[in-house]
Amino acid sequence: MTTQTAMNVSTEVAISIEKMNKWYGTFHVLRDIDLTVYQGERIVIAGPSGSGKSTLIRCINALEEHQQGSITVDGTLLSSDVKNIDKIRSEVGMCFQHFNLFPHLSILENCTLAPIWVRKTPKKEAEEIAMHFLEKVKIPDQADKYPGQLSGGQQQRVAIARSLCMRPRIMLFDEPTSALDPEMIKEVLDTMVELAEEGMTMLCVTHEMGFARQVANRVIFMDEGQIVEQNEPEEFFNNPKSPRTQLFLSQILGH
Amino acid sequence: MSDTHAHSAAFVRTEQVPPAPPPASATGPVKWAKDNLFSTPLYSVLTVAALYVIYVILGNTLPWIFSGVWNTSSLAECREVLDGVSGGCFSVLTERWNQLLFGFKYPVDQYWRPSLAFVLFFAAAAPVLFYKMPRKLLLFTAIFPFLAYWLIWGGTILTPILALVGVVAGYFVYQRFVAGSFAAGFFGGIAAAFVVWIIGGLLIPDNANEGAMLRAVPSRDLGGFMLNMMLGVACVSLSVPLGIALALGRQSDMPLIKWICVVFIEFIRGVPLITLLFVASVMLAYFFPPGTTTDLFLRVVIMITMFSAAYIAEVIRGGLAALPRGQYEAADSLGLDYPQAMRLIILPQALKISIPGIVNVAVGLFKDTTLVSVISMFDLVGMIRGPILASTEWNGVYWELLGFAALLFFVVCYGISQYSQWLERQLATDHR
Repeated sequence: MTTQTAMNVSTEVAISIEKMNKWYGTFHVLRDIDLTVYQGERIVIAGPSGSGKSTLIRCINALEEHQQGSITVDGTLLSSDVKNIDKIRSEVGMCFQHFNLFPHLSILENCTLAPIWVRKTPKKEAEEIAMHFLEKVKIPDQADKYPGQLSGGQQQRVAIARSLCMRPRIMLFDEPTSALDPEMIKEVLDTMVELAEEGMTMLCVTHEMGFARQVANRVIFMDEGQIVEQNEPEEFFNNPKSPRTQLFLSQILGH
Repeated sequence: MSDTHAHSAAFVRTEQVPPAPPPASATGPVKWAKDNLFSTPLYSVLTVAALYVIYVILGNTLPWIFSGVWNTSSLAECREVLDGVSGGCFSVLTERWNQLLFGFKYPVDQYWRPSLAFVLFFAAAAPVLFYKMPRKLLLFTAIFPFLAYWLIWGGTILTPILALVGVVAGYFVYQRFVAGSFAAGFFGGIAAAFVVWIIGGLLIPDNANEGAMLRAVPSRDLGGFMLNMMLGVACVSLSVPLGIALALGRQSDMPLIKWICVVFIEFIRGVPLITLLFVASVMLAYFFPPGTTTDLFLRVVIMITMFSAAYIAEVIRGGLAALPRGQYEAADSLGLDYPQAMRLIILPQALKISIPGIVNVAVGLFKDTTLVSVISMFDLVGMIRGPILASTEWNGVYWELLGFAALLFFVVCYGISQYSQWLERQLATDHR
């Protein structure tokens, strides 16, 4: 597949993070994060474990609270106001490492729940939307099953479809393939590539460097709560500037 | 094929082996007994010993039951009829049947009223217990408490209608304001209901009970197993929602709500139920405005409900804690607000996990309703210990009466237990 040719990035800002700091107790997990994401950008965030990359994207939809600085998502400033938080969350989709499907609801109900209750979409219309996206992730035939009956890869694709049913402007992926068998990683990555090609704004925490090369137009490397280096993937992988990045890449790509 | 292939490794089956029945030693009751009863010498000894114990127990109780007497009018007559033979004096059950079920003061010609309420109870409970039934039946469930109150206590129909109107008014106010904020809807609804009740209470004339369609029966005339059922049903159905509210409140981020719930739960759990019942019978009147007399039945319901709600809250808290954090996060990340996340995602799963614990509390609560006999309410056990055993005719008929009480409670509790297991199987969708 061609690298980031057909993908156009607008100049409209989707997410803007300024001087954001976060502490867990006295532990300084995120330090002076400055990041601007444009509409249609596909960003891969890499880094060793404990570097704060998951915490960073979880701050964007307020699953984690930040203590200093500002986060603006789609023009809405993230504050402690519950109404603002719910508005941002309904515009931002998220996929988790452990899928977090609702085990007591069928696949279809998982997908229609938020549109019906948050968007107030009529049930029939919500089901049509859900089937559309389930077809997109290639599992429409599993709609009536329960999450426990599906494989990990299928569950993650349902999770992606569930997020898409809310028609989000931005998608966050928190290590979406880390809990999957090697065979299933591909089917999930294919879905994500397809999504990227359609121009979805994506922030992706992942260790899949092949995916980063293929679809990202920016790779961010984090360590100890800071953004150490960010660059276009070609440049990032072939010509890393920081010694910390070089060490990380040599370890992750060395085998 | 030539003979040279006969000794080579290759093999081709030319005819099928027909399926044959297994040998007798590998199937049937003989095999079962050998596997389960006589697999080792020790098991054989235990089996024989157990059979002997069963024989002794049944050998003594069955004749006692089968040669029992059912139609005499006193224990002395029983002894005459039995003439030294071992046998139960079950006549007490037939002769005092109505007292055992309805107590000794409920007007005899009005027994049809609680009986009808009991039958309607099943219709009201069905759509709650079996979620596949049409949801419209829940409307009857909502009306049932008021209908049952009117049937059992009688008196003017204005009282239950006023209560119903108050609840409906509260519900509409809640609907109106809940969009703004949950607290506004909740407290607005409660306030509206109280306003309706107070104004309506002033409008109902004092002599409304005279000439009412159903004769008024005061609470102190209720008794027998009916009283146990009424207390059990009322307290279980009130304490489950209260327990959910307490469990959620205990997890609240708001310190005031959290501490109210913690103090309530810890205090109530730390006090014996019997103490609370004494409080209900003598002391609770001090907490109500002077001049008002609150019905003893209502006071007991409040106390038992608080007691079991505290236990149910802790059971549900366990269920909430058992849910992975990811469920909360997924609900949040989809933009569901707190009430939606709780109602649609968290509580259905937490309650499912909590079913065995909730049923445990409910069964215990139902049996604990017999404790009201110590504050001189004549429930089933109160009737047996009081009027029946104290009477000259039946003084000394312990086994038959208490065995009957045990049997009644067992039937109900075993039914609840079977239902809960069925429900758990129905809800098992996670395929773990």
